[in-house]
Amino acid sequence: MLLVVLEHERGELVEAACEALTFGRVLAAKMGEDLEAALIGSDDDALVAAAGEYGAETVHTCTHDVLSDYGPDAYGAVVAQMVESLSPEAVLACGSDRGNEIMAQAAARLGSPFVANCKDVTPGDAWSMTRVQWGGSLLEDTAIDADVALLSCGLHTVAAEPGGAQNADAEEFEAALDESHAITIVKDRVVQEAGVTLPTAPVVVGGGRGVGSEDGFAQLEALAELLGGRVGCSRAVTNLGWRPHSDQVGQTGTRIAPEVYIASGISGAIQHWVGAMASKHILAINTDREANMVVKADWAVIADLHEVIPAITEEVKRRRG
Amino acid sequence: MSDIPNSGFPTSAKCVVIGAGIVGNCVVGHLARLGWKDLVLLDKGPLPNPGGSTGHASNFIFPVDHNKEMALLGEQSANQYRDMDLSVDSGGIEVARTQERMVELQRRMTSAKAWGIEAHLLTPAEVKEHVPFINGEVILGGFYCPTVSVVDSLETGTTMRKEAIDKAGLQVFANTEVLDVITDDTPRPNGRRKVTAVETDKGTIEAEYVVIACGVWSNRIAYMADTYIPLVPAVHQMADVGPMDILAETNNEIGYPIVRDMDTFCYERQSAGSMEVGSYAHRPILHHPDEIPSNAEAALSPTEFPFTPDDFDQQMEEAIELMDMLGDAEIKYAINGLLSLTPDGMPCLGEMPDVENLWSAAAVWVKEGPGMGQVVAEWMHYGYPRVIDSHGADVARFYDEEKSDEHIWARAEESFNKTYGIVHPAEQWADRRMLVDSPYRSRQEALGAEFFQARVWERPQWYTSNADLVERYGLEERKVEWDNRWWSPITVAEHLNLRENCGLIDLSAFQIYELEGSGAVEFADYLAVNKIDVPVGRSVYTPWLNADGGFHSDLTMMRMAEDRVRIVTGVFDGGRDDFWVRKHMPNDGSVTFTNLSKEISTLGLWGPNAPAVLGQLTDQDLSQDGSPYGSYLPVTIAGVECHLFRISYVGDTGWEIYVPWDQAPSVFDAIMKAGEDHGLRVTGGGVYSLSGRIEKGYRLMGAELESEYNPVEAGLARPKVKAADFIGKEAYLAAREAGSEVQCVTLIVDDNVDSQGRQRFMQGGNEPILDLDGNRIVDSHGRASRVTTAGYAPSLGKNLLMGYLPNELAEPGTKLQSMYMNELYPCTVVGPGSAFDPDDTRLKS
Amino acid sequence: MKILCCVKRVPAPGAKINVTADGMDVDAAHLGFTTSPHEECGVEGAIQLKEEHGGEVTVLTLGPGDAEEQLRYAASVGADHGVLIATDGTAYDPQRTAAAIVEAVEELESAEGGDGTEDGEFDLILFGNESADAGGFQVGIRVAHALGRPIVQGIKGIEVGDESITARREIDGGFEVYELPRPAVLGVKEGLNLPRYPTMKGRLASKKIEIQSMEVDADEGGQSRVRLHRPEEQISETVILGEGPEAAAAVVDVLEELGVL
Repeated sequence: MLLVVLEHERGELVEAACEALTFGRVLAAKMGEDLEAALIGSDDDALVAAAGEYGAETVHTCTHDVLSDYGPDAYGAVVAQMVESLSPEAVLACGSDRGNEIMAQAAARLGSPFVANCKDVTPGDAWSMTRVQWGGSLLEDTAIDADVALLSCGLHTVAAEPGGAQNADAEEFEAALDESHAITIVKDRVVQEAGVTLPTAPVVVGGGRGVGSEDGFAQLEALAELLGGRVGCSRAVTNLGWRPHSDQVGQTGTRIAPEVYIASGISGAIQHWVGAMASKHILAINTDREANMVVKADWAVIADLHEVIPAITEEVKRRRG
Repeated sequence: MSDIPNSGFPTSAKCVVIGAGIVGNCVVGHLARLGWKDLVLLDKGPLPNPGGSTGHASNFIFPVDHNKEMALLGEQSANQYRDMDLSVDSGGIEVARTQERMVELQRRMTSAKAWGIEAHLLTPAEVKEHVPFINGEVILGGFYCPTVSVVDSLETGTTMRKEAIDKAGLQVFANTEVLDVITDDTPRPNGRRKVTAVETDKGTIEAEYVVIACGVWSNRIAYMADTYIPLVPAVHQMADVGPMDILAETNNEIGYPIVRDMDTFCYERQSAGSMEVGSYAHRPILHHPDEIPSNAEAALSPTEFPFTPDDFDQQMEEAIELMDMLGDAEIKYAINGLLSLTPDGMPCLGEMPDVENLWSAAAVWVKEGPGMGQVVAEWMHYGYPRVIDSHGADVARFYDEEKSDEHIWARAEESFNKTYGIVHPAEQWADRRMLVDSPYRSRQEALGAEFFQARVWERPQWYTSNADLVERYGLEERKVEWDNRWWSPITVAEHLNLRENCGLIDLSAFQIYELEGSGAVEFADYLAVNKIDVPVGRSVYTPWLNADGGFHSDLTMMRMAEDRVRIVTGVFDGGRDDFWVRKHMPNDGSVTFTNLSKEISTLGLWGPNAPAVLGQLTDQDLSQDGSPYGSYLPVTIAGVECHLFRISYVGDTGWEIYVPWDQAPSVFDAIMKAGEDHGLRVTGGGVYSLSGRIEKGYRLMGAELESEYNPVEAGLARPKVKAADFIGKEAYLAAREAGSEVQCVTLIVDDNVDSQGRQRFMQGGNEPILDLDGNRIVDSHGRASRVTTAGYAPSLGKNLLMGYLPNELAEPGTKLQSMYMNELYPCTVVGPGSAFDPDDTRLKS
Repeated sequence: MKILCCVKRVPAPGAKINVTADGMDVDAAHLGFTTSPHEECGVEGAIQLKEEHGGEVTVLTLGPGDAEEQLRYAASVGADHGVLIATDGTAYDPQRTAAAIVEAVEELESAEGGDGTEDGEFDLILFGNESADAGGFQVGIRVAHALGRPIVQGIKGIEVGDESITARREIDGGFEVYELPRPAVLGVKEGLNLPRYPTMKGRLASKKIEIQSMEVDADEGGQSRVRLHRPEEQISETVILGEGPEAAAAVVDVLEELGVL
């Protein structure tokens, strides 16, 4: 059995959970095993049904006082206990912040290896997998020697796609939890920004060192706002203090996956590229037609961004009347 | 904005310049100014900063240099930057922490005066007025030059490139990697190949000319054409620290003079609100061009290597000692930046000797970039640069022994820490010695020879076995250590002995070539100003000129046979002369060219007893009738077939004796034995190259003779001009017609006692010759009167100087002054002739 | 307050990373080395806490002898002590790395108190969220678990109270707040702060700091590297929409086509 750990937020499966189910469905088929899921901190039928649409036959639900909100210790403990009592061949989460955290917590408790951010997994007596290093600019073939394969698939490695729909059964899992597991529970949650956020924005207008200054981002803001998107930036820009780190797209910043990423004045250093490469489409604006970002983009405009971005903004306004 | 024209990749061009750093851009800019069209500029990196050394250069120009080429091209470059308005005169101060450095600053004042550059010596308090944050306690003084400038080399490159686009339709291709440089390898009598095309990852361009302006990568490109540019990428560490309020408040890129902390080999240069600290003090860190990563592989730019902090720590301590505020500033950026070093510290410019139309514009720093771009462009256009004589930078100057990684690395290791060092004009290299020696090496070592190296050839400068002569002539060491350095009173003793008895001098470093074939004499005449078509057995001393009529060489040519001419030239000019012959020789098979330098050894035997010594070894009539001046006679000495060439470069009668290399030791032994009762001594190059020569006022290529002067000015014009055509003839005729406004003269230093009561002995050259008011003397071409050779004349007991003076000041007896170590010494013009034995009576005896 | 910050020496690559011929490592022939970016913020965070609350910062690394460079760097920006767990230069798997660090921490804590009292304990141990190179996302968690201390990953804000540590974790559109009892462990992320650069005096002072070298036996874990390789290059034909502002109309055509207008 392959057990997929589901991430959920505000009563819905998050995108990462759907990616994990999609990845897991293929993996389970390769294994010749059932696809099952772990729903921790909820037994919501809607979530169970949603997992079924991605091919999960059984959803193991687990609720408890200390699971009232997310907490890595408690969540990790539940996964570890599920491994012990359900004996899956493998456990898979999506390589999001939480997914990797839960899997590492479980692995620590089980004393088993955990392979994060896999791109490709080959099950067998000895499991082998290809995982990403350097945020995706390098791949590592690795092998594990373990009773259970604890894995995560890299965020955005696959696009979430329902399939093999099942009428999933919900099975309640009784976990042995106590107050000590609440040691790392979320105490408070602060919403800083309403509306579209960088990881979810359909359009991201990115700026690099080529923007030239903090003020230079005003033109990018204007276009992003008009398109219902967000402004992102490169690490160089954050280091220069022009934008907050929360706007940083890259290996050590946010990984984005918009419909279109408009990368302006960004050369496309590796650190940035790996955060942007999951974008569905990329449009680069650069004065250097050989810049890495231009070479990797679907479309490019060879121009000074400060000339072309206002022109695009005007054109959008004109067409919208 | 991209300045790349939107056109396809060309399949042919007149000239492809590889490398779009400061040098490549300036070459295309200057070629465009000279009217060249159909130009292509390539770089494997992006524009405007393709990732070479230009992109991280410290971008400042200190215009004072002891070396004429470097000083004048630095000034020329600084002016070009100013003309483009891409330069700021920040001023600069070289500070001294030691007494020895204070003396060096006096020497720099002298060079500043020679080149007409404003400069002042400052007390520590005065330094502090310019640079308030400096620690006055650790310095003894400073050398302030207000015209030190900071330039924008990247923008200058862009400007020059745009000028070439506008003027010449230059096509520019960035991100274009050169994969091969293709040559036509069909064998030719001159041994040269011809460049035909450049292969790139975007296509192949057939090209008439190709210029390698690739900075640290230059040799990688040269390898592609199976040739060699002797340079090595070396690390220069620098760190950017800041911000600091006192700098930020200037609201300027640079508001304070650049400080060169000479004794710690370090500089501090303001860069907006921060200070750039650069070092030449760390261990030499050299790299192979193939170790340089691609633009994609490099974390910064390819030539900004990871900083190795351990190498820089000593510099930090010294920098903080000089400017305490640096200690608390953040190190924001620090690199091991690559720059180019060569075996002799000079750039590599000119056409590759072995590949026709393949040009090198390499080992050029930002401070010389525009000037050297002009030099290369003019060289390509006119056949020789007009802006300045560039023989010291000529890529043809190298001997084969200098074209190896082993040699360059050793020289770069030795010279790196001399970047800010106090280098004596006669300073010898410690490493890579005895690369080429003469057949007499073991005998010379037994006689205690002190060897000086001429490029790669070793020559005894004096022999310690002659120390007894010092006593005999009552000679002493010099009082001032600097004057005594790389010198011995033995050289004076050897000189006096030669004048009294005779001396045997090893001249094996002479470069000897032969032209042979039906066209040999005609071609020889085409090279030379004077007539070579003379009877067999006669020799001709002659200048070789460039197309503009300036000196390319001065040497001796001998008519060996009807169809054979020998060429004998000095060791410092061998490579250039060899190349000059190959470049011009006909390739129709009528002439062959052979280098005999390592097959024929030369001995010089001179002095009043020379005929008596030689007379014991040969039946040849050695009288002035039997062996007249300039004659070239076959003789047998000690059973060895030799040639006697009656000539003298030291002012006493005698011969150059040409001996087969393998049999040379026995001839040496025979002469020494024959001389035992005639006071014959082995005698060093100090007499031949300097003291003997200067007493006679004999001109030397590279000193008095440069492309900036012609034979009329040098006093070497013959009464008549031969009928045959020769290189530079038109210009030479014009110069004769116009007459000369200057003369090459000898001056005698009337009083050599300095302000501290010490006798000084001038050496080095390039010191200014001034009028009695202390003003520089400059002719209508802008050429300043300066010392071309300085040396002590033992026979006169005086220091002599040579140099060019305007006619009105060249009259014998004219009183002038010369500067040495920032002090003025009275001197008197001797005139264009000799200070010693002006009537050549000793030569004729 | 005693803080331990664990850092990793990683190559500083350009846009293209090369792999050694045997495929087992990054070819760092012409690369410099740096501290993983998250951990650089960890060091800065530790120093800021020390500046605010007093105490000492110890920086620990596991790696080759050359990793001393990263410890000196941390010292140059204000760390007080450096500890190097020497490896043979090969990459340790995450379990082995964690086991070695645990053993080192236990030794440091027992030694520092002199008598093994709690005084020797680190009030806070900081890890980077994940290393820049291997990105295993687990060493900190394994160490915390073995030490029986709480850990939260992804931290971009830290406040220290007498009994507890409050940590902020960035989430989509805001942040979560965790409150952990001391002693605790945190996995921090870039953005926690903007790390300072060393000063020249700091650099020179860092040379005088003694680096404690430790040799630790730790068993290999269950994961082993087979090889590293570069992903296949995605060769995409870039369509140039134009040069200069005139291209704006073509850009908006594309946006329209994508349905984001």
